[in-house]
Amino acid sequence: MSRYVSYRDFDWLLIVFVLMLCGLGVMEIRSATVHTKFAGAHIKQLYWIGGGLMGMFLISLLNYQALLDKVHWMYIAAIASLMSVMVFGQKYLGARRWIKMPGGQHFQPSEWVKLILILAVAKYFADLHHRELSWSDFIKAGAMVGVPMLMVLAQPDLGTALTYIPIAIMGLFLGGVRAKQALAVLLLAGLIMPLAWHKLKPYQKDRLISFMEPEADKQGSGYQVIQSKIAVGSGGIWGGTGTQTHLSYLPVPQTDFIFAAFAEEHGFVGALGVLLLYFIVLMRLTQNAQTAPDRAGTFVVMGVVAVLSFHILVNVGMVVGFMPVTGIPLPLMSYGGSSVLFMFLALGMVMNVRMRRFVN
Amino acid sequence: MFGRDEKVSSIRLTAVQYIILVIFMILAYGLWRLQVMQSDFYAQLAEKNRIRNVPILAPRGKILDREGRTIVDNYPSFSALLLRDSSRDLNADADVIAQGLHLDAREVRERIRKFMSMPQYQPIFLKDDITPDELAFVEAHKNELPELDTIMAHRRLYPRNGFMAHLVGYVGEVTETMLNQPQFEFYNPGDVVGVSGVEKQYNQVLMGQNGSRRALVDSRGKEVGRLDETPAIPGKQLKLTVDVDLQIAAEEALEGKNGAIVAIDPRNGEILAMVSRPTFDPNDFAVRISRDEWSKLVNDDEHPLLNKAIQAQLAPGSTFKIIMSTAGLQEGIAQDMHVTCNGGASFYGRYFKCWVVAQHRTHGVVGISKAIYQSCDVFFYTLAEKLGIDRIAKYATAFGLGQKTGVDLPQEVSGVMPSEEWKIRNFKQKWYAGETISVGIGQGAVAATPIQLARAIGGIASDGVLHRPHVAFPTDLPPSIKPASAPEDEVHVPIDPQNWELITDAMTVVTSPEGTAGSAHLQGIDFGGKTGSAQTISNSLKAKLGNFGKANYKDNAWFVGVTPRRNPELVVCVLFEGGEHGQFAARVAAQVVKAYVEKQRRQPTKMAKDAGKVDVGAIWSAPDDDGDKNNGLQAGHFFLDVPKKPLPLAASAPGLQ
Repeated sequence: MSRYVSYRDFDWLLIVFVLMLCGLGVMEIRSATVHTKFAGAHIKQLYWIGGGLMGMFLISLLNYQALLDKVHWMYIAAIASLMSVMVFGQKYLGARRWIKMPGGQHFQPSEWVKLILILAVAKYFADLHHRELSWSDFIKAGAMVGVPMLMVLAQPDLGTALTYIPIAIMGLFLGGVRAKQALAVLLLAGLIMPLAWHKLKPYQKDRLISFMEPEADKQGSGYQVIQSKIAVGSGGIWGGTGTQTHLSYLPVPQTDFIFAAFAEEHGFVGALGVLLLYFIVLMRLTQNAQTAPDRAGTFVVMGVVAVLSFHILVNVGMVVGFMPVTGIPLPLMSYGGSSVLFMFLALGMVMNVRMRRFVN
Repeated sequence: MFGRDEKVSSIRLTAVQYIILVIFMILAYGLWRLQVMQSDFYAQLAEKNRIRNVPILAPRGKILDREGRTIVDNYPSFSALLLRDSSRDLNADADVIAQGLHLDAREVRERIRKFMSMPQYQPIFLKDDITPDELAFVEAHKNELPELDTIMAHRRLYPRNGFMAHLVGYVGEVTETMLNQPQFEFYNPGDVVGVSGVEKQYNQVLMGQNGSRRALVDSRGKEVGRLDETPAIPGKQLKLTVDVDLQIAAEEALEGKNGAIVAIDPRNGEILAMVSRPTFDPNDFAVRISRDEWSKLVNDDEHPLLNKAIQAQLAPGSTFKIIMSTAGLQEGIAQDMHVTCNGGASFYGRYFKCWVVAQHRTHGVVGISKAIYQSCDVFFYTLAEKLGIDRIAKYATAFGLGQKTGVDLPQEVSGVMPSEEWKIRNFKQKWYAGETISVGIGQGAVAATPIQLARAIGGIASDGVLHRPHVAFPTDLPPSIKPASAPEDEVHVPIDPQNWELITDAMTVVTSPEGTAGSAHLQGIDFGGKTGSAQTISNSLKAKLGNFGKANYKDNAWFVGVTPRRNPELVVCVLFEGGEHGQFAARVAAQVVKAYVEKQRRQPTKMAKDAGKVDVGAIWSAPDDDGDKNNGLQAGHFFLDVPKKPLPLAASAPGLQ
């Protein structure tokens, strides 16, 4: 089978757009951190991107169909790693999210679980041959995503846990969810909401309140929302000097608020350009999903599309004041190893599917 | 293995693409809203974030006396303030700050609340004139409390011991109610403005314009650059008509007494001295005064904050007889009027006593001149009866009684000059002829302020020309300010010269052994005046109160004097509360007059400018041996010793070296 696989079939065009976004990210990280204690972060980010590219090529070599056959083992390993975080995890800023690796690196399993969930959901729905989902399929699929999600929520890491939801939704939608079932999900969500509110940590409640009413507490939790909107707004059409970013009014401008920093320095035109690049990437991915050799391939690619779209929606939505502050980074641009590696490995899966489109 | 039904619905894939498109449209709209529609608003917010306005306080103008000697000065002092653009929770830090600055935490929070509605760049002033250890506290907490800062400001330095306190006034922070008034529209909370006296009246002249420095700050409030600076415009200095030497004499003359002194140059209305006792120390007001101290001053029975020279309206007593005499002479009644004083007389069925019966004497036959220098009540009762209240009121009103003099000091009161019309208007009652009799000796409903009496009697002695009293030189003021005095303020009441000459001659007798104030006689000084002692409660009430009444409601002593008697240069009005007899007020006035005349006589002439001997040439005649004096004309040179410089005059107001 591998003789049909060739790097000529690699999606080079997609890589170009992805690297453009990474490049803009590195530029902005440099600009935002140059006079701070994080100076030099952009160099580190370049290393992460390099590593990510290598990971992408490696993962594209494996046959995704073979991977899917072993996905139940991976799923078990994912659950086990999340459990080990609960037991051995490093507590940092009140949350147990990381495992300290022997090499001194910190490993955050919840990022990798995302990748495995994409595969598991793809496998599950690909194997269902019915056009319409039965209630038991529906509940099983929900549980498959729900269990690791609750475990991440318990860390607690609301932001990452939320990113699992679009994987499930995308699977259900493409798997042929019925209107009744969709309605049931919405009802259930509506019921859980008030309960969940009591479960939220005070800082999470503050974030939600400050999202609804940022003026209520200008110096406290509303601060980030207001400063982000000021940064974006003061950028105007063509961008400006970026004083919000450079005089550190904008919090963490190299990670979660990198889009705000970019929008301040490059204005509406620049920010719209970035959105356009993301849109092209997403459209190109959906196109790859359509040309996938089988159902499973389509599901894998669309899983990636779901996660990427969700990140963009939540992060950019937060920056422009449409969404509460959740701590979700902007993929490909935000500074951070886990985020960069996840994206490139996910893209590796997409390449993997694409390279095998003529296998049939 | 893979059937046709295996493919994922392409409709659903396309639907996903459209959903993504919609999401991106929404995000793009979000950007459009912030970056295009509201971009100016956010640009302003960004500017507010990074640009901090640091005020540069303008020093207030000095206040000088007529010879340029300092009365009010400034001294540098530090104020602690809170910067509100440093993104710190001020309320949370309030406790630490309050402790370090020795303030009440509640008071600090209250100030923070008060400034809520003000733009962010305006700092909150917490405490003025901080002590060195409070300054050290601020310096030591630069990192922990970046919002706490200090600023050097110029504070007011007033003369010691309440010297001239009422005239000069004091400054204070502009209040919330003041800020709502149109004339304060350009003021900011925390601005220091004049609250009373000259400080209030000429606030516009004295107050400078604060400048500001725009600085670039980062999110921790650290200054990272300077943009521009608007320098402060210092306030202009203000020269007063007051003569510090005369003021010192007046302050000393009234020391230990309650009352007021006004000394005016009747030729132009310039106020040369003004004292009110008891006094207060305006230095306590230069920085924020504590609530306790303030209520102590306000609730004091002796009203130390009241400027009695312009705010005490009391019965003028016998000083009013000068106005009566003028009216009587001008109406042609008093010239040939003679009454016999038997210690009292009956009018309208009531017996009115003359003051002289208390001394078991009578005045005998009294004409106008004697009536003035002996202050015979019976004469003026009779004159009042003849004139009637409306003719008395006409003259008194012409001389400014019952109206404000228009002095350029805030809160002057008008006093009362009763008339038939006045009584109907205010009491809806008819005037009783009996009331006119009391008015004739300055009792009853008449009430006057010391400054009114000084202006009126000074005017009568100056050919009926009355000027508006003022403390600022009209020509020194910027055109935007209402002038302190203008030619149209001059009032001319026609008086026949022989009439006012008669009156002033009689006034000069007052300070001679035959007069009521013989003890105030000044050897070699042409000085006259009129005494007065005014009851503070009615005689019958005093009798009822017995000894308590005698001790607590002593008569007020008045004296209004002029020097010299023709074309007077100085009119002094003294109110000595509880002084009992006018001669005690006259002695106070005599001290002021003496100081004035002595200073005039000490004025160095051109010749005396160089010390040492002066060459003088002279021609004189000496009688010949045969007694023909025209033949013995002689000439010669003399070397005269120039007297040593007299005692030095004050260099400034007390405490202002």
